[in-house]
Amino acid sequence: MLSRIAESMFWIGRYVERAEDTARILDVQTQHLLEDSTGDEQTTCRNLLSVMGVDPPDDREVDLGLVLSLLAYDTDAPASIATVLAAARESARRARETLSVTMWEALNTTHRAVTTGQFQRMQQGNGFRWVRDRAALINGAADASMTRDEGWQFLVLGRMIERADMTSRLVATAALAGGVGSPWSNTLRACGGHEAFLRTYKGLETERGAAEFLLLDRLFPRSVVFALSRAEQCLDNLESGQRAGFQNDAHRLVGRTRAELEYRPLADVIADLPAEMERLQLTCARATEAISHRYFAGSEGTHWMGGRT
Amino acid sequence: MSRLFDDYATGEAYDEMYDADSAREPYATLSRSVGDLDRDDVAARVEALRTAYLDQGVTFDIGGEERAFPLDIVPRVIEMETWQEVDAGVQQRVRALEAFLADVYDAGQVFQDGVIPRRVVATSSHFHREAAGVRPPNGVRVHVSGIDLIRDDEGRFRVLEDNVRVPSGVSYVMTNRRAIAAALPEAFAHHRIRPVAGYPQRLLAALRAAAPAGVTDPTVVVLTPGVYNGAYFEHALLARTMGVELVEGRDLQCRRGRVMMRTTHGLEPVHVIYRRVDDEFLDPVHFRGDSLLGCPGLIDAARNGQVTLANAVGNGVADDKLVYTYVPDLIRYYLSEEPILRNVDTWRLGDADAREEVMDRLDELVVKPVDGSGGKGIVIGPRADRAELDELRRRVLEDPRSWIAQPVVQLSTVPTYVDGRMAARHVDLRPFAVNDGQRVWVLPGGLTRVALEEGELIVNSSRGGGSKDTWVLAGSNAVITPREEPAPLVPLGRPPSLGPAMDEVAALVEDQQQQQQQQQHQGPGEPGGAPC
Repeated sequence: MLSRIAESMFWIGRYVERAEDTARILDVQTQHLLEDSTGDEQTTCRNLLSVMGVDPPDDREVDLGLVLSLLAYDTDAPASIATVLAAARESARRARETLSVTMWEALNTTHRAVTTGQFQRMQQGNGFRWVRDRAALINGAADASMTRDEGWQFLVLGRMIERADMTSRLVATAALAGGVGSPWSNTLRACGGHEAFLRTYKGLETERGAAEFLLLDRLFPRSVVFALSRAEQCLDNLESGQRAGFQNDAHRLVGRTRAELEYRPLADVIADLPAEMERLQLTCARATEAISHRYFAGSEGTHWMGGRT
Repeated sequence: MSRLFDDYATGEAYDEMYDADSAREPYATLSRSVGDLDRDDVAARVEALRTAYLDQGVTFDIGGEERAFPLDIVPRVIEMETWQEVDAGVQQRVRALEAFLADVYDAGQVFQDGVIPRRVVATSSHFHREAAGVRPPNGVRVHVSGIDLIRDDEGRFRVLEDNVRVPSGVSYVMTNRRAIAAALPEAFAHHRIRPVAGYPQRLLAALRAAAPAGVTDPTVVVLTPGVYNGAYFEHALLARTMGVELVEGRDLQCRRGRVMMRTTHGLEPVHVIYRRVDDEFLDPVHFRGDSLLGCPGLIDAARNGQVTLANAVGNGVADDKLVYTYVPDLIRYYLSEEPILRNVDTWRLGDADAREEVMDRLDELVVKPVDGSGGKGIVIGPRADRAELDELRRRVLEDPRSWIAQPVVQLSTVPTYVDGRMAARHVDLRPFAVNDGQRVWVLPGGLTRVALEEGELIVNSSRGGGSKDTWVLAGSNAVITPREEPAPLVPLGRPPSLGPAMDEVAALVEDQQQQQQQQQHQGPGEPGGAPC
């Protein structure tokens, strides 16, 4: 498949997942602020922005309104859901002939609701639920109508790398919140995994257990290890029949990080969670670079210099 | 309640639907079934059409802004007999233009025989010496063409211009059909309309047939300038429906005289390029050196016969508006036939006599630049003011070769839904023809463009035009094959497995309900509730 198309597929996967996870995080955090009046809005919002990798502006007080505009509604803010959905649609437009019609329409109508202001007008909680629903629709359409060819592998690869990255951010928000409220159960809710967690751990809710579940559970689809091993699988499918070792830098990076998480003692991993999670995000960024270099390189435009000095 | 077409007023021009107050024959069924609709119902359907196009992303770009392509709800109907003439006329024209191009880029016999002066071709900005001596593998240069037709005051079709470079619009023919079939199911069911969905397969077959010699299973690609091109939607649709890759210039690379595309598995060869990039941008080595849309080396690869470009480079000489005036002569010269479709009368302003005749009458004529497209630069005399006409006169005298003049032709009108009522609007028609080297196939339908402003004669979408679905009727006297007796129905499949929940829902429901009801009756305080 064309490198340029592969790149678009990879980024559709990432953007859709990013929009969904951002909505999940915001949903839980805004709920949390609303319910728990003891928490300090300033600190919570600053933490949230920093975990999402957004520099808060110096000249303004950081409050919930600012967070929502930077992370949800502002079409100029690079991390906002509105921008991310626009980027997903733009990538889809570039790969339109390879997407199935249902998937393209799901992406296109989602983006249309953002440009017409429908998303911005929805009640906050409904808006975030809408984003989750749309992501489920897009992913479902892809799942039901795409052949499992290279394009699919790139789509899932993008989704899984983004998911590992976003779950790591969620874990970091919980760790940063310290003892205020019940950050871990909020985080579990944000992942849609609270009930699954309670069932798995027989109702015994501990921070350690929650961290273990979100980082290391092999069966929970939003855990870091699950996402990383799926990403490995995709990379494996893209390179067929390697007899020894791995040729692909991205594969090495992802595999090593997953192994490190799984084989180190848990106490060691959770000793400094925020730093650990930042390392994980670095892995995701490096893996993306490696993937771009290996599969997408050369799709930039070239200039013809003949006859010029 | 007033019917939809009651207040419809025809203008001076030939109206295709109404002759005075009665509907013309091909439109009889349509005017009845659409006329019967309730006004609110029609408004709702029009709105549904618009949203459907936005949701599907059927759009075109103007200056970087993406807009839904306006589609009118009233289709245009062309009966079988009229269409047969159009079909034959378009085929004839394409065959003549093919022969002309082959001649121009080879021996130039047509010049020696004095049919057309050599300077007409040599001064055309679309004449490319790079294409001289290149013989396409199956002899086809005009793989795809769009011949623009209009209907004059008497309803006869005439050719307004030829497009044999990169004619666009065919995607809307296909999407319009689907959208209108959904919007007017009643009317659709009452007509026998020739289908248009087969176009991509025809095109693919023609492109494969044009592959370089010796390539048995050619790789075909569509080359697009990119997502910001006005016709990007069409490029993507064609690539998708043909099942081929849609590439941009940066995806291609020429290596040792061959064209390759960059894939996730390295470089792979390309044999046929259906290019939607203009000649000037195709290859920076030969044409514009600053072009990022093409691929260096493409022309050389094509000259060496390693890759086929469709349509061929240099085709622009054949659809030059000055050459247009010679096409009837070309048809007689190459095919020894009389033209089936007539041209619109045209003065060549490069000729001194014609210029003299025209210069005093600029205010009653249409003056067009010969190499313009998309309605650019056209001056309609009766609509222009003094200053515009003076400016035009100056420019014509500066470079007469670049201009032609035509009488103002009242394009025919078809009822069009505007602001809640039906109004007469001018239309043209662009049928599309695909040449696979064996025969020229004309898509039954084509793109009807409609000028949405009242009285406006320029229909291009870049000037605020919309489109209509074009129904070519299969004819009522076509032989109807008798249906075979339907075979008696035998159940072929086993019923699906029911599962335990189905029992609860269906079979036991009565029992359960009774029990539950009894349960209620046994509540405390219920008189006479005996335990069972």
